[in-house]
Amino acid sequence: MSWGQIAALAGLGAFHGLNPAMGWLFSVARGMQERSRGVLLRSLPPIALGHLASVAIVASVVSATESVVAGNVVGIVGGIVLVAFGLWRLLSERHFRWAGMRLSTSQLAGWSFLMSSAHGAGLMLLPVLAVGAAGGHADHAMPGTRLDGTPVAALEGLAAAGVHTLAMFAVMAALAIAVYQFVGVAILRRAWFNMDRLWAGVMVGTGALTIALTAS
Amino acid sequence: MTRWTPDPTFYPSPRDAASAPAEKLAYVAAFDRAAEQPDAIAVVDTDPGSETYGRVVGWTDLPHTGDELHHFGWNACSSALCPTAPHPHVERRYLIVPGLRSSRIYVIDTKDDPRAPRVVKEIPAQDLAAAGYSRPHTIHCGPDGIYVSALGNGTDGGGPGGIAVLDHTTFEVRGQWEADRGDQHLAYDFWWHLTRDVLVTSEWGTPDMIEDGIVPELLLGRKYGHRLHFWDLAKRTLVQSVDLGDQYQMTLELRPAHEPTKEYGFVGVVVSVEDLSASVWVWHRDGGEFQVTKVIDIPAEPAAAEDLPPALQPFGAVPPLVTDIDLSVDDKFLYVSCWGTGELKQYDVSDPFHPVEVGSVRLGGVVGRVAHPSFPDERLAGGPQMVEVSRDGKRVYVTNSLYGSWDDQFYPDGVGAWLAKIDVAGGGGLTVDPAFFPHGDDFRGRRVHQTRLQGGDASSDSYCFPSA
Repeated sequence: MSWGQIAALAGLGAFHGLNPAMGWLFSVARGMQERSRGVLLRSLPPIALGHLASVAIVASVVSATESVVAGNVVGIVGGIVLVAFGLWRLLSERHFRWAGMRLSTSQLAGWSFLMSSAHGAGLMLLPVLAVGAAGGHADHAMPGTRLDGTPVAALEGLAAAGVHTLAMFAVMAALAIAVYQFVGVAILRRAWFNMDRLWAGVMVGTGALTIALTAS
Repeated sequence: MTRWTPDPTFYPSPRDAASAPAEKLAYVAAFDRAAEQPDAIAVVDTDPGSETYGRVVGWTDLPHTGDELHHFGWNACSSALCPTAPHPHVERRYLIVPGLRSSRIYVIDTKDDPRAPRVVKEIPAQDLAAAGYSRPHTIHCGPDGIYVSALGNGTDGGGPGGIAVLDHTTFEVRGQWEADRGDQHLAYDFWWHLTRDVLVTSEWGTPDMIEDGIVPELLLGRKYGHRLHFWDLAKRTLVQSVDLGDQYQMTLELRPAHEPTKEYGFVGVVVSVEDLSASVWVWHRDGGEFQVTKVIDIPAEPAAAEDLPPALQPFGAVPPLVTDIDLSVDDKFLYVSCWGTGELKQYDVSDPFHPVEVGSVRLGGVVGRVAHPSFPDERLAGGPQMVEVSRDGKRVYVTNSLYGSWDDQFYPDGVGAWLAKIDVAGGGGLTVDPAFFPHGDDFRGRRVHQTRLQGGDASSDSYCFPSA
């Protein structure tokens, strides 16, 4: 991974961490319900873990696929998937459905996994992974290294997901603590910007960018 | 289309909601008992600064007749902020309006012109029947859909009644809510403790027990509902049922504490067959299980037989008939409608186990026929029935019809139609607002049932974040 990729992955992680739907708000609610900052803090790791799992699956698949197919196929196909998913998110008014707030730690991780997956959090990393790999192929696209490279490439995907989730965790934790400790949830009424629309817009944009960069 | 910032009528906590601005309009369900004219949603001006204050300023007729509008609710409310499935950028704009007799459900848009709401969708009875239900009653905006309770099954006027879920966006009936209902058969109201994953349901009777009027044999045979059911909201299964005792007939309105950290609530019982008294009970968690404890007893009032309708003459008394209760958003005051004796009582329930009566207003009543202060010559029929409290807790609205066929039994010379507004003093105490009294012809021959306040009220919203 280049520094540029790491920065991009971290930036997207921060973006995901910012979204109340991705978990920081749930951790605040859990803390408030039990009147305990400890409950809030203990809620954050499982949420991050669920997010990591969701993102890592996509990242590993993308990275592993890239190591066996022509460099720009993943970028183009993935880009199309991303644009389509983003458009669907943008136009559909359906929202994530979930009833139940008293979750165990493992259920909380499961909730986060489903929430991240439903939002296509992992897909959003596609441009970073695809564009990086497409460049990489040009440098050492020798026959024979591809097959051996599959597991290694998948590991690279995992590393990317890890970097991303670390940034997500940091932003999520900072926001949760700030809102719980100082700001109060009344801020939501004014400051809860429609992340879903922005999110979908970012997806369409990055999908298009991926296609443009890898097709050329 | 969704919004960029949350709907301004959504509040994270009850305390935030209690600071909401005063409502400017009220929506009132109005129905024609004869089923000759269409039922309607009446729009009433509640802005004291307006020239038309206290008057019906809008009227939306429904496309059919014979629906018997009763309860209704909003498509979205403060529960949209709940963190597990947040959707805060939807709008509170549609009233979901069931026909209790027709089993149709209307979706009515209040956004473009709040004084002239438009019917935008009609869900036929067959769609609800496909989910196994009929006679839709209570509406609550839930975290994953719109929940609708229903009194009967989808086929023959019997049970079981239960809950169906409507899609938040399309309003299509998604299906039956219950995964395992155990021996629950009777249904009526429901509400929940969202942050505890608890849903509570109460019991009235199946359609064939109520639609032609209260059946004395069933009542004296103690066949109407007398239990509360506690469900796992996430798993959709019945966890526990509590029997109040079969003399306590008809456990109706459920008012859980709004504060998410509290796990208690109030239920009104219409009548005890032992002494015609009415009662209010509190459910509360004791260890792992729920207990239900009687905290208010309201005795019947003796009356001469000649002053009573035939249904009550054998008893020589007027039962209070607690048919609706409502809890203020700050969980401080409980309002109790005594539809038989024509009284609205206000209790301080800061300590839910020891309510203290702090206010009372009399209007109508089977015997009293107490007039409104601004129309002292008009003997009022019906009594305070559906009661709605503004979010700030300063204003209370009451309408006077219970249910078409039951109105006719208790007020056989006609129940009329009126909506009164009652002002609440800071520490408790009630005063009828003399300037606010749409009644009689204002409602064009219809009877009036539930009132919903623009932006939300004390029985419309649930909150996922504690106040402090």
